[in-house]
Amino acid sequence: MGIRFVLMVNKQGQTRLAQYYEYLTLDERRALEGEIVRKCLARNEQQCSFVEHRNYKIVYRRYASLFFLVGVDDDENELAILEFIHLLVETMDRHFGNVCELDIMFHLEKAHFMLEEMVMNGCIVETSKSNILTPIQLMDKTS
Amino acid sequence: MAGSSIMENLFQRTLEDLIKGMRLQLIGESTFISKATEEIRREIKSTDHHTKSTALLKLCYLSAVHGVDMSWACFHVVEVMSSSRFAQKRIGYHAASQSFHDDTPVLLLITNQLRKDLSSANHFEVSLALECLSRIATPDLARDLTPELFNLLSTARVFVRKKAIAVVLRLFDKYPDAVRVCFKRLVENLESSDPQVVTAVIGVFCELAAKDPRSYLPLAPEFYRILVDSKNNWILIKVLKVFAKLAPLEPRLGKRIVEPVCEHMRRSGAKSLVFECVRTVLTSLSGYESAVKLAVEKVRELVDDQDPNLRYLALHVLSVAVPEHLWAVLENKEAVIKSLSDEDSNIKIESLRLLMAMVSESHLADISRVLLNYALKSDPEFCNEILGSILTTCGRNVYEIVDDFDWYVSLLGEMATIPNCQKGEEIETQLVDIGMRVRDARMQLVQVGRDLLIDPALLGNVHLHRILCAAAWVAGEYVEVASNPFELMDALLQPRTSLLPPSIRAVYINAAFKILIFCLDCYLLQNEGSKYEQDAGFNPRNTTESFDDLSAENGIERVATHDQTITPTFVEKKNFMHESIVNLLNRIELIFGPLIANQDVDVLERAQNMLSLVLLIKGENDNSFQDVDKKDTRVSAIIKLMRDAFTMELGPVSTSAQGRVAVPDGLVLKENLGDLHAICGDIELPSSSSFSTAGPHLTATSDASSSNPLINEESGALNESTSLIEHRKRHGLYYLPSEKSEIVTDEYPPANDPKSNSNINDEASELVKLTEQSLLLKKRTNQTKPRPVVVKLDDGDVAPISVQRPEPRGDSLSGAIKDVLLGSETGPSMSQSNPYDKSSRKQKEKKKLGTNVQSEMKENVVDAEKPDSENPNSSGKNHGHTRERRHRGKEKIVEGEEHDQRGKKKSGHRHSRRKTHQRAKSPLNVVSQTPEIPDFLL
Repeated sequence: MGIRFVLMVNKQGQTRLAQYYEYLTLDERRALEGEIVRKCLARNEQQCSFVEHRNYKIVYRRYASLFFLVGVDDDENELAILEFIHLLVETMDRHFGNVCELDIMFHLEKAHFMLEEMVMNGCIVETSKSNILTPIQLMDKTS
Repeated sequence: MAGSSIMENLFQRTLEDLIKGMRLQLIGESTFISKATEEIRREIKSTDHHTKSTALLKLCYLSAVHGVDMSWACFHVVEVMSSSRFAQKRIGYHAASQSFHDDTPVLLLITNQLRKDLSSANHFEVSLALECLSRIATPDLARDLTPELFNLLSTARVFVRKKAIAVVLRLFDKYPDAVRVCFKRLVENLESSDPQVVTAVIGVFCELAAKDPRSYLPLAPEFYRILVDSKNNWILIKVLKVFAKLAPLEPRLGKRIVEPVCEHMRRSGAKSLVFECVRTVLTSLSGYESAVKLAVEKVRELVDDQDPNLRYLALHVLSVAVPEHLWAVLENKEAVIKSLSDEDSNIKIESLRLLMAMVSESHLADISRVLLNYALKSDPEFCNEILGSILTTCGRNVYEIVDDFDWYVSLLGEMATIPNCQKGEEIETQLVDIGMRVRDARMQLVQVGRDLLIDPALLGNVHLHRILCAAAWVAGEYVEVASNPFELMDALLQPRTSLLPPSIRAVYINAAFKILIFCLDCYLLQNEGSKYEQDAGFNPRNTTESFDDLSAENGIERVATHDQTITPTFVEKKNFMHESIVNLLNRIELIFGPLIANQDVDVLERAQNMLSLVLLIKGENDNSFQDVDKKDTRVSAIIKLMRDAFTMELGPVSTSAQGRVAVPDGLVLKENLGDLHAICGDIELPSSSSFSTAGPHLTATSDASSSNPLINEESGALNESTSLIEHRKRHGLYYLPSEKSEIVTDEYPPANDPKSNSNINDEASELVKLTEQSLLLKKRTNQTKPRPVVVKLDDGDVAPISVQRPEPRGDSLSGAIKDVLLGSETGPSMSQSNPYDKSSRKQKEKKKLGTNVQSEMKENVVDAEKPDSENPNSSGKNHGHTRERRHRGKEKIVEGEEHDQRGKKKSGHRHSRRKTHQRAKSPLNVVSQTPEIPDFLL
């Protein structure tokens, strides 16, 4: 499994979106999120975006008030994951128009669907923005 | 009823209301959440689908973001999943993938629902089901739904197909038999022209190959084609990862791919792709000089980049190159050293690792010195990181790179006095270990121990207690090379020792005991010798003076004496004053008096021993000291005996020592410890720790499988070793490093360390100079004395645990894949040992020839294929690149086959029929020849 989880966390450390590709109990998730957030939020702009944690790596990137954190296996390509995060943000930007934390809060399920289009079972399956958004727009129209 | 549901519907809060409500709650969020959950519990029971699904949606939100438990709602999830309206179904599926896991009871109920949706004409429904399956599939679900997935793998709807491909990964994992059904179609997808499909399928193969690369060697031509043809960076990165796994298994593969990889490295503008190429070259193609050069060139660009990400990755990838291409690191050493003062702690740690990898005998001292200075200025975490890496590097392979132990021992002493030092246990282990192994270092060791012991300030620091423990032990054990035993005694008896924990205090008391015996012994010896010349001996004024010049004289004596353990320098030169001995005895009595009421039995017992001895001697002494001529022989006999007991030298213990202990007659050792389960079933046995060191200096890590008959079971061996590895990982400190050990750490120091930046540039430049000098001269020129002897045991006392690579998980999976790719009859042993298990037509042809003896009909088929197989150039363009390699592979295989053939011909008809079958299963149909061969697999 390449990607183990995708987290979006705001500056205060509150989780805004959490998608896990392996099953963890609620307590494990909470503990994990706590540890990661503490580690990553303390870092500044001049430091690199990769943190080793337990037996995997976390690749993170900050956009305005929101941190995007992706947990990946050790041999995953870090730069590619950074690009993946950027792609995710661009996709949301295109859909919501200048996406902000509130958009994700109030349209959490949409954010999830975008993510689901992009990542299946920990593998990145789709990297084209329009391919990701077409089904979501279709679903919007029908419902 | 209907009315009430409408009411519910009207007054139900939507998710948006919930979120808005939550945002208004500045405090008391938890009460708000519990209220909302109560509300949801009520609403979710509604018969109205809309109300129900909205309630579930809210619950999902609360669960995902606020960690509310939603396992209780699993039945409702199933209900919503089966809704006919897509919007509601979507909510249900989302909830299922979010909350279901292997133990969810209702999983049995959803099989049919999933099957229905997987075969739905609406591809969004199919997509929902696939998405859900990729998260929650259990072995049962995987088994039951394999046929549906098989159909989807070749569907024309790319939107669905790519998702089905991704699900296959989980399917194989949970239900390996699915491989037999789906693998062929999966492979076909590799040839798809649609980049979406290829992205998905290469992702799957990347994951599969990571677990068991050997099984996928036959697919190398397909991967090669993607590597050469694809323009998509995502795909290229994944395919590079696959090759990084495959290339080490098949030397000729490396030769093929090295050129295209370099091409990508030169051409691509995408940093991620370039970096992946670099990593692939350094990890898997390190034998290709020109490629490595190019990769190192790229690394050099990255290592000086503005972007900390690139700097970090460059350092990281350099550490991969260390074992085979140290020069690559040396070339970048300036950047590495500069990074030691980087703002980012992760980068600092990487550069520290690299620096330690560069260290060699010749400049160990210089680098350690500079690093210690860094450590003094760094924040506690990085400081300990530095100390830890110095300790592991120097201690590697029984102090392989340490030439000058006097220097190293002093360095250890110095480390102990660094305020932030928390490496007490490692330093303790090494101090004791060096004491036992390196006789020449003992004098310096005792000196260092003395310096540590007499400093009362150190006793207050808990992190140093272990070091003091080692120092006390060393002082007691090697007191004969001490410059001044009385001083040591004073240090051991100082009042602040009450700050020590009892276990260490006990060591202190024991050390004091040894020193006392030594002093008494010396005194008696001296008296024996100078019985008749009682000139200065009993002059009390001499006491203090004699100690002053003692050290000077001893300094000269050192070299001469340290080979003799028993002959004390002290006795020959100086006199143990009667008065000083009496004083000493009195002091001991005074100080240990209160200790016999100590709570700790260890302290209590040892103090009691000491006191008894003192009382005994005092009683006797009163007489003997009055009249030296009639010296009591009883006391001297006792002292002699004790002294002899202590002069036995302690050495390092072999790891297999335990195995040499003969099992006494009549002792029956059970082979199996299964009975223990009955007794302590629910207690988790700390199996690993029982093999760890018995004492810090013993290193009695018994080689579990060989030495201990109790654990000889085969089945236990694997668990055993993994648990050992696990244990080693956690308690690495207690293990002597067995091989080139990297410092593995979970800790990351906080972001910035304000103290560290002062002066750091000077340091860096100094270090650069140092390494420059020392790296240039390979051998140390000013070596003044030869390296002392380090005691090592023949049968390897250091590395009992070979760090086994974990067995590839999921044997059943790889077995199944091998079956599919290679034909089941080839058998696992052959496919494993034979590196040429490439697909080949010739191989097939041979097999067919074998069958031809019996069946005329098949001959036609063979004839039809023959020309093709003999003229490799005639086949499709796609495989052109790999043609030559494959061809060579064929010839090798043919030999094996012929050999095989002889045996088989004899056995006749049935065998050949089986062969035909095997041919059908053999990888050729899958890999190279799709259309002509009928699909026997299905």
